[in-house]
Amino acid sequence: MDLAYTPEEEDFRARLRQWLGEVLPKLPPAPDPSDWPGRRAYDLGWQRMLHDAGYADVHWDASPTTRLIYLEETERAGAPYVGANFVGLLHAGPTIAAEGTPEQRARWLPPILRGEEVWCQGFSEPGAGSDLAALRTRARREGDDYVVSGSKIWTSHAEVADWCELLVRTDPSAPRHRGITWLAMSMDAPGVTVRPLRTLAGSTEFAEVFLDEVRVPVGHRVGAENDGWRVTMVTLSFERGTAFVGEVVACRRVLRELASEARKNGRWDDPVLRRRLGRLNAEFRALRRLTQWNVSEASVSGVPGVGGSVFKLRYSHARQELYDAAADVLGPDALDLDRAWVLDRLSSLSYTIAAGTSQIQRNIVAERILGLPKGR
Amino acid sequence: MRFQLTEDQRALKAGMRELLERRFGAAELRAATVDEPRLDRALWRELGEAGFFALCVPEADGGVGLGLPEAVLAFEEAGRALLPGPLIATHLAAGTVPGAAGGETIVTAVDAGLVEWLAQADVILGDTAGAVPLRSMDPLTPLHRVVDKGEANPLAVLLTAAEQLGTATRACELAVQHARTREQFGQPIGAFQAVKHLCADMLVRAETARVAVYAAAVTSAPADIAAARLLADEAAVRGARDCLQVHGGMGFTWECEVHLHLKRAWVRAQRGGGNTESEELLAADLVA
Ligand SMILES: Cc1cc2nc3c(=O)[nH]c(=O)nc-3n(C[C@H](O)[C@H](O)[C@H](O)COP(=O)(O)OP(=O)(O)OC[C@H]3O[C@@H](n4cnc5c(N)ncnc54)[C@H](O)[C@@H]3O)c2cc1C
Repeated sequence: MDLAYTPEEEDFRARLRQWLGEVLPKLPPAPDPSDWPGRRAYDLGWQRMLHDAGYADVHWDASPTTRLIYLEETERAGAPYVGANFVGLLHAGPTIAAEGTPEQRARWLPPILRGEEVWCQGFSEPGAGSDLAALRTRARREGDDYVVSGSKIWTSHAEVADWCELLVRTDPSAPRHRGITWLAMSMDAPGVTVRPLRTLAGSTEFAEVFLDEVRVPVGHRVGAENDGWRVTMVTLSFERGTAFVGEVVACRRVLRELASEARKNGRWDDPVLRRRLGRLNAEFRALRRLTQWNVSEASVSGVPGVGGSVFKLRYSHARQELYDAAADVLGPDALDLDRAWVLDRLSSLSYTIAAGTSQIQRNIVAERILGLPKGR
Repeated sequence: MRFQLTEDQRALKAGMRELLERRFGAAELRAATVDEPRLDRALWRELGEAGFFALCVPEADGGVGLGLPEAVLAFEEAGRALLPGPLIATHLAAGTVPGAAGGETIVTAVDAGLVEWLAQADVILGDTAGAVPLRSMDPLTPLHRVVDKGEANPLAVLLTAAEQLGTATRACELAVQHARTREQFGQPIGAFQAVKHLCADMLVRAETARVAVYAAAVTSAPADIAAARLLADEAAVRGARDCLQVHGGMGFTWECEVHLHLKRAWVRAQRGGGNTESEELLAADLVA
């Protein structure tokens, strides 16, 4: 049991830190959050820089510890987030790498790594969120194409995506989990309509996607027909893992900023608030240790352990507590959308919903880790 | 980075669990909860022989020469088994108080205005002037109130957190065992989501406490120890409470061991370096 890094890992950290120190000052200013073309260009540009410097595939090929170091260092240095590249780099790419044919890997992986193409995730539907296997978007085979009709919802970054990892039902008569297929769909295909949805934070982070007789070549199917549920489980296993490491580093920084703001505005003298911030310090320290624990476990076993759901539950709640505490530090300013932390407080509300709600995570922990029986 | 137990650490933990199951299992636990609890000196010596007290004493001084992570694992098991006695005081006295390392001498200490097992101990550290017995809520921890507040020793705080972690883990296990077997409305109660989610939250709190306690054992940093303390207290106290809830009416009986876990968790939560101090320390750390 140790927390020490190997000389190679330390070396990687030092090189990365030096590179970040050189390139970040030259980066153009981040675009306005509502400027979608600007955001796409910015996020892809950053990925291109990572690619040229040899860091593009750190989410795929590197050891879990190297990935941890990468996420810690980029956050510490204030580097851009993965942003619109999230689905490509963290879901679709790894899924195609694991399940795709050589041609599919050659077609889709390099553009993701080089920062040329953006992916989105078309899993959820109006009638199938937590109950993903209830999805109804249909695909029927016509010659060398699937013809897809239906609709998807909550599709993040749909407005600027080139490709969509899409779940469709190919055999309506099969048991729910058996008739699903995983397709890579071009967002430019005729019949695809994207209607942005406004989030409670005011932005258009996600969208509804309507599919009307959209033709997807059979060659764009990843995995076998009707074997999409298994492929989906592969995708979802990449969704947790270390995805939140950088954010924990960021939360710890915000916590320090909150403490210093409270000292400035006098709220620090309130022992209740002070102790609450102290407790959050304990919380985020532990969350960092939890990632180190999970990463160490993955390094040994090769698979992300059960820690993913434990982490997701605890972290999504802690993040909301953090920004609630921020509101207490800010006082009336907590109502001013132009103040730091106020928008973050609003977006933190999605953390207990997206990527599996907290209720669903508790079911997973209880049934898969603790072995409690499934409810009827 | 290998933030996982090594083979040796796993073996040590398993060995400790095995010894305690053999020597202080459910039957012994029940037998020990009498009106006038006594410490089992033979067991105490056996623990000494197994190296429990001398774990961190250097080999040159006749100890086992291991580190804080190993001590934390051993105390986690002691906590899980609800092993009674001034274990931490004796452990910390090994190497200075003769006989403590081998388990021949039972050492207790003043801690936050209280002394555990005063009448049974051979050596008492701290000022016990004006010691008054109180009717201890925990049937396995006799207590005296003293004037001396003593100073919180960070190692004692960490080992207390380790014991709390043991309780948190055990409470979750007991709740899950019960939830899988007890049937109501024609199905195991663990199939009901309200019960299932209580159990899931117990596990999440215990695992969060675990990494905090283990990391503090590796770094010994004051802020890490304070964090471990806070999270382990929460995991133990809430875990034991929720475990009691899952047991229904049976959980409210003296027969069911659940109350013993909750009462011990409450005793430990009163020890030095409690929640307020830990929160203040961690707040100060934010502006340091
Ligand atoms: C910001 C954001 C981004 C997203 N991005 C994407 C994306 O890019 N692609 C994509 O496919 N999806 C995306 N989602 C969708 C997300 O995965 C779903 O919102 C989520 O899985 C919940 O599904 P739902 O919205 O249909 O809610 P529902 O499933 O209707 O749930 C409503 C409530 O019922 C509870 N509930 C449901 N079932 C159970 C149960 N069995 N036990 C207990 N409680 C239950 C839920 O916990 C919740 O509280 C995104 C969501 C958000 C908020």
